[in-house]
Amino acid sequence: MNRRNSIWAGIDWTTVFLFLVIALFGWVNIYGAGYNFEQSSILSFSNRAGKQFVWLLTALGLGFVILLIDEKTYDILGYWLYGFMLLVLLATPFLAHDIKGSMSWISLGPVSLQPAEFAKSFTAIAVAKYMGRYGWQLRTWRDLVVPAAMVCVPMFIIMVLQRETGSALVFASFLLVFYRQGMTGKILLYGALAVLAVVLVLRFVPIPDALWDAVLQPHQRVRIEVLLGLKDDPAGAGYNVAQSLIAIGSGRFFGKGFLQGTQTKLRFVPEQDTDFIFCTVGEEWGFVGSVGLVLLYMFFILRIIRIAERQRDVFSQVYAYAVASIFLCHFTINIGMVLGLLPVIGIPLPFFSYGGSSLWGFTLLLFILLRLDAARINKLH
Amino acid sequence: MTNDRYYKRTWVISGIVIAVGVVFVCRLFYLQVIDSSTKDKASKNALLNQTVYPSRGLIYDRNDSLLVFNQPVYDVMVVLREMGKDFDTLAFCHALDIQPEDFRLRMDDVCNTRKNRGFSRYTPQVFMSLLSKEDVSVLQEGLYRFPGVAIRKRTLRDYTCNAAAHVLGSVGEVNQRDLDSDTYYALGDYSGRDGIEKTYEKLLRGEKGVEVLMRDARGRLQGSYHNGELDRPAHSGTDITLTLDISLQMFAEQLMAGKKGSAVAIEPHTGEVLALVSSPAWDPKTLVGRPRSKNYSDLLKDKHKPLMNRAVQAQYPPGSTFKLIQSLVGLQMGVLQPGTLYPCGGPSSQPIKCTHHHGSPVDLESAIEQSCNPYFWQAFRDMLGGGDDVARLHRRYDTWREQVVSFGFGSRFGSDIRDQVTGSIPSSKFYDKIYGQKGWRAITIRSLSIGQGEILVNPLQLANEAACIANGGWFVTPHLARLSDEQLRLVGLDDGMYTPRRTLVDSVHFAVVRAGMARVMTAGTGRYYAVPELDMCGKTGTVQNPHGKDHAIFIGFAPKDNPRIAVAVVVENAGFGATWACPVASLMMEKYLTDTITRPDLQQRIQSAVLIQATPEQ
Repeated sequence: MNRRNSIWAGIDWTTVFLFLVIALFGWVNIYGAGYNFEQSSILSFSNRAGKQFVWLLTALGLGFVILLIDEKTYDILGYWLYGFMLLVLLATPFLAHDIKGSMSWISLGPVSLQPAEFAKSFTAIAVAKYMGRYGWQLRTWRDLVVPAAMVCVPMFIIMVLQRETGSALVFASFLLVFYRQGMTGKILLYGALAVLAVVLVLRFVPIPDALWDAVLQPHQRVRIEVLLGLKDDPAGAGYNVAQSLIAIGSGRFFGKGFLQGTQTKLRFVPEQDTDFIFCTVGEEWGFVGSVGLVLLYMFFILRIIRIAERQRDVFSQVYAYAVASIFLCHFTINIGMVLGLLPVIGIPLPFFSYGGSSLWGFTLLLFILLRLDAARINKLH
Repeated sequence: MTNDRYYKRTWVISGIVIAVGVVFVCRLFYLQVIDSSTKDKASKNALLNQTVYPSRGLIYDRNDSLLVFNQPVYDVMVVLREMGKDFDTLAFCHALDIQPEDFRLRMDDVCNTRKNRGFSRYTPQVFMSLLSKEDVSVLQEGLYRFPGVAIRKRTLRDYTCNAAAHVLGSVGEVNQRDLDSDTYYALGDYSGRDGIEKTYEKLLRGEKGVEVLMRDARGRLQGSYHNGELDRPAHSGTDITLTLDISLQMFAEQLMAGKKGSAVAIEPHTGEVLALVSSPAWDPKTLVGRPRSKNYSDLLKDKHKPLMNRAVQAQYPPGSTFKLIQSLVGLQMGVLQPGTLYPCGGPSSQPIKCTHHHGSPVDLESAIEQSCNPYFWQAFRDMLGGGDDVARLHRRYDTWREQVVSFGFGSRFGSDIRDQVTGSIPSSKFYDKIYGQKGWRAITIRSLSIGQGEILVNPLQLANEAACIANGGWFVTPHLARLSDEQLRLVGLDDGMYTPRRTLVDSVHFAVVRAGMARVMTAGTGRYYAVPELDMCGKTGTVQNPHGKDHAIFIGFAPKDNPRIAVAVVVENAGFGATWACPVASLMMEKYLTDTITRPDLQQRIQSAVLIQATPEQ
């Protein structure tokens, strides 16, 4: 059998299909969110939908290219790629321009990119390479020191140097990967209990301002306080969430119809084509559309878990779980925030939110997995 | 993979994915299916129901002359956000002819959220309101120089002539009571406050429309919602044609200028009011727009009470004009015949003296001509009957009263003329209460025989009396507009007001009274002011007034056969009815019937006479 043919035959088209459906639905909603009742062309490059269309086409191109690259490349170059990525992350704050207090964007000619979006893929590759080397097994906590450090270093750089708490938080999803490879489940349980305890303490114990200021930035503190009901401030910090809930709730069962959403169109919901894109879905497509999208993501993530389970080498399996965990993390935090269940943490909805960096980053993440998966058949020989 | 001890953990991870999905679906179900408050919140957020005001119905007189119309007025609006830093305040002040200091004060008011609750930097705010076209013309031309400034057009009432203020009434901002009683109104709406404007408010106001507009998070308007599918157009108000003859109305108002009193003219066979004058009055234009509240409170404070519509709200004893009613009731009760004679002892008559000099005895026609007090006292005494039979006295008095009130006295006309007072024709019970059931006789209440005493009537009732006599025993409720049944129902009026009503006096009895009234104008008290070819009939009255000089009263109609106009005139504190009220009525009848004035000197004398100062301070 020709090797190249076998690659195309091995690709998991179900995942590709789910990816395309989510991305196209996202694109339609980006158009809806930017639509202001007057302009009509969906493909005008002056608007976000037009730009996102270009991002989509280039992302597909990127995906195609990744499928052509030999899967062994990642195993061989894994640490080199990781090292290069760390250098870029370190350099970013010095090259970046300040966008809303974040130092994570660098300009490359006409486009701005956020290196943090790509860091997840390279971290996943490095962790997979480490855990996948012959004979590695998770027996004591010492076995976890290196992979945990691989995760914590970029996380630290992104959080402290680039001031992107949201993007940094996503690295916590590697806990699930470690868990699958044998880390004790108690850590997950204790982690969840610790979060619960913190919530309860914040809710019922007065915290001195000095302590707040030491740990969180003021706007983050307010977001948490609003979420916990410590502060009722619908016109201020609670505004985003309050408007988000109004937009989603007013969509009712069947939604107001495509381009008919008033709350999103009239800019009551901020960041409506990026972090709050789910509002447009809720308002215009109603309960039906919202649940449809939630189910799509669930199928998508469960599909990736299935792919992970059918891998025949630890490298691919670890990488696949990293992919599933990262998508799950974005999905949970983004929609949880929009639905008022979690504090406002600005991270995108994969393939759905407007933005080239995140779309490219997720495409990179997913298509490396697809290539690894497609090649698994050859591993028998 | 071989040796995978942790294989089962895939189910835990899948379980987390499913758990997150289930939580989200539940949350969505709550937000989008159960909690319905968000839909209202969303509408409040994004939709602005902008009222479209209909143009108010116009008002015409009986000859289709326009009386009341809508004038455009202009508000200068500013959108602060669009005004910018380079806004040329000085040029703007110059264009509006205001001082820079004034500009600053007004801007402070605009931005003061306590005074201006709807303040937003992004939407138009009223900077100056109710300006005339002239006021804004300079600004209009140079509007392009002032970003963020717009001129909004509204309408206010305007009047073609300074007349009929009491009839027309005025339009003003609705008060809390209107808001509570009629959900149609919103704060700041205008409605008819009195007069025709109030009576026919529901017809004149039309129907407000609504434009559903979208606004964004900053309050900026973003065009119509759903391409205007939810919009409702405004429907203009119904035009009203009044029964007034505005040239007669204006003429009568000129005659009554400088006097207190009223003049009412009715077309007898239709009950249509041709003129309804109350003096002093005001220029209806002064109760429009910005100066309205100040001018209104000035009118309220005026000691001559111009706001009182004397034609229906003032009540006086009818004086000698009531002798006509006495004659008719006497004839109907069978006490009088046209030839019935009573003696008159002149000024020394008892118990009531005669104020005129004439022969004795006199018949009914002559008694009317000479306004002979003793004749009508004796006739009244005989109507009630002598003797001590109390039951009979009560019965006859009640019969007498029943016939009197059938002319429209003692109650309001159910019609479109607002704020009528009932007047009063006392009942026998009233006298029982004062004198005791056995304590009164005809002699006790003798003043009634000559229209004095406890009887009170208003000028509209007097005009209706004239119309009844002109018609020969029936009248149509006096009214100011003729409308369809449906329209009447809408404004809460009864279509019975156009149906002729009979008095209890048979038509046969009217001829002699009319003949007597004709003689008043040829040989009696009104003889100096008759126009012979118009065949006028009339009766003067001079009403004693405990507070000052007598009130002059006249009622009449013309021509004698097929009368076309019936008039009542009251001039307060003027003296003799023959001297002041009769010429006013005579001139009005001449004006209406011939549209010419053959006695310019008389007109001049009457209209230039100022009797209003004679009023003592209250």
